[in-house]
Amino acid sequence: MANELLFFMEVLVGGLLAGTMYSLVALGFVLIFKASATFNFSQGAMVFFSVLAFCGFMQDFNIPFVLAFILAAFLMVVVGLCTERLVLRPLMNASEDTVLMATIGLGYVLEGLAQAAWGVEVRRLDLGIGDFPVPWIADNLKLFISALDITAGLVAAIMIIGLFLLFKYTKIGLGLRAVADDAGAASSIGIPLKHIMLLVWSAAGVVALVAGMMWGARAGVQFALVDLALKALPVLIIGGFSSIPGAIIGGLIIGAVEKILEVYIGPFFGGAIEGWAPYVLAIFFLLYRPEGLFGEKIIRRV
Amino acid sequence: MKPIFMTYTKKDLINLAVCMVLSVLIIPTFIKTEYWYTSILIPWLCLALATIGQQIVMGYTGQLALGAAGFMAAGAFAMFNLILRVPDLGFVGSLIVSGLIAAAFGILFGLPSLKVRGIYLMVATLASQFFIIWMIDKFGWFKNYDSSGIITAQDIVILGKPFTTPLAMYFVCLAVTTILTLLAMNMARGSTGRNWMAVRDMDIAAESMGVSLLRTKVQAFAISAFYCGVAGALFAFCYLKSLEPVAFDIKLSFKILFMCILGGLGTINGAFIGAAFILLFPVLLNAIGNNVFHGAIDATIISSIEQVIFGLLMIIFMIYEPLGMAKLWENLKQSMRSKLSSSGIKGVKSPVLKK
Repeated sequence: MANELLFFMEVLVGGLLAGTMYSLVALGFVLIFKASATFNFSQGAMVFFSVLAFCGFMQDFNIPFVLAFILAAFLMVVVGLCTERLVLRPLMNASEDTVLMATIGLGYVLEGLAQAAWGVEVRRLDLGIGDFPVPWIADNLKLFISALDITAGLVAAIMIIGLFLLFKYTKIGLGLRAVADDAGAASSIGIPLKHIMLLVWSAAGVVALVAGMMWGARAGVQFALVDLALKALPVLIIGGFSSIPGAIIGGLIIGAVEKILEVYIGPFFGGAIEGWAPYVLAIFFLLYRPEGLFGEKIIRRV
Repeated sequence: MKPIFMTYTKKDLINLAVCMVLSVLIIPTFIKTEYWYTSILIPWLCLALATIGQQIVMGYTGQLALGAAGFMAAGAFAMFNLILRVPDLGFVGSLIVSGLIAAAFGILFGLPSLKVRGIYLMVATLASQFFIIWMIDKFGWFKNYDSSGIITAQDIVILGKPFTTPLAMYFVCLAVTTILTLLAMNMARGSTGRNWMAVRDMDIAAESMGVSLLRTKVQAFAISAFYCGVAGALFAFCYLKSLEPVAFDIKLSFKILFMCILGGLGTINGAFIGAAFILLFPVLLNAIGNNVFHGAIDATIISSIEQVIFGLLMIIFMIYEPLGMAKLWENLKQSMRSKLSSSGIKGVKSPVLKK
């Protein structure tokens, strides 16, 4: 019995920590959605683009880790700038669905550019953190938990606290919230819309880079990252599109439920149900609480 | 113009006649190379059919769905099993039944559309994509316990006659596509289509006018999935000639989405234009790579460039012409017509207002 409980705990904790990886991707979506009510479908491509550039800088040009990180982050700021200038500004008054489709196009552009520049083969990314159980925890708590999972959890926690403080207590954060509430009104009282957008897209780019590094260290830097990032969508539905804590809780729920279902129910169906289980979970959430756990209620008028 | 047959005007009937003459008489007489049939015409017809399915749910009913390839897989594997297990049904019967099976999936996964829209619905329909592919992959029964992963599709036999040459398969695809396209046009012009468009333009207003949202949306999803299912079956039996779930992955869904949007949302001819463009553009790009640069550019780079161009086009169309290539074509015809009328007839001023 004790062993079974221990095994369950291991599955649960592993799932929760893996869930923080989804949270990291979802965080980028939330940032942009909060500031501009734009759903950025290209967030997954941004993850792939940024981490592939980071790998390329490090492995092809032998640039040291920190400098490569700064360069890749800078690249994401440039991507953010170009997106704001060339895609979002012309689509200022377009419908939500039109902007969404344009971001799908943006995702294609980023994926193509990344592969044209850095090649299509899978790259290994070694962050110096192994993807194996931490001995101390294994010895004392009898739980096998990967060091990479713990790091991802910590990184996610730090980023969330940082973003939360930014939104809550700084003038920029206040501006962001004002723009999110009513872009027209915000700009009429002198909040620089362009700067806010640039800031948000750059922040989302850096978040994408960090998320990509975590995923890349686990699964290799490859095109499949884009598909993995799609799993951030159910996370957002569960957590709510406009809530940073929601992205985290949603990620944790998806991570845990996915693992538990896979381990306990998966064998009856031949396994690999984690490919669709999060989406089906999201559908159930949609039927009962379409705005997500922490999202704002959607009100539509004729 | 006055309609002369049902709701069709003289112009529509002439268009239909021209298309039929072109595809039934002119193409088979002048195109003799197999490559054109097996690699361009057949996949074009199949994908255009699937794009019509996507058009019905996205262009006409305004529901953002992203799971066309999943329904195509359902149709393709249903076809395989029907021919294998119920041989009495025949090819045409199996095709219809596999479309209906796909439609059943469409209804199931279209139900969330009653509650949610936009990106939320997109996520719900992604569930169908992943679930259907997983189901086919995991349950050996669907693949007749074939362990190799790739199953060879059975030969097409209609009324005892085999249809195995590329030309014959082209005619099979052409016949099915023509019938379903005409049906789709009829639906789009009739009360069904008007309900779809009312729901697209403002669902709450449509509902208060007495349009049943439940009926309209579920109907659109079912018909859309039927089209995708039939297209998937043709795609597997006439083009791939094999069945593997990987062929119907999320990438194909995105491709069909692109065909639908670039071709022109809410138009049937847009489906054909979009499918032709997405299919032919890579061929053109490869030809340029081989003939102009003599293979100096790596094939993977060419496919990356192709992806970048598709993405850029998507953005450009969204900014400048959200109604896609069909609208561009319409504009071109319009400007030609006004030019002709202003230069052709002396003394009569062009109807176009000049500033």
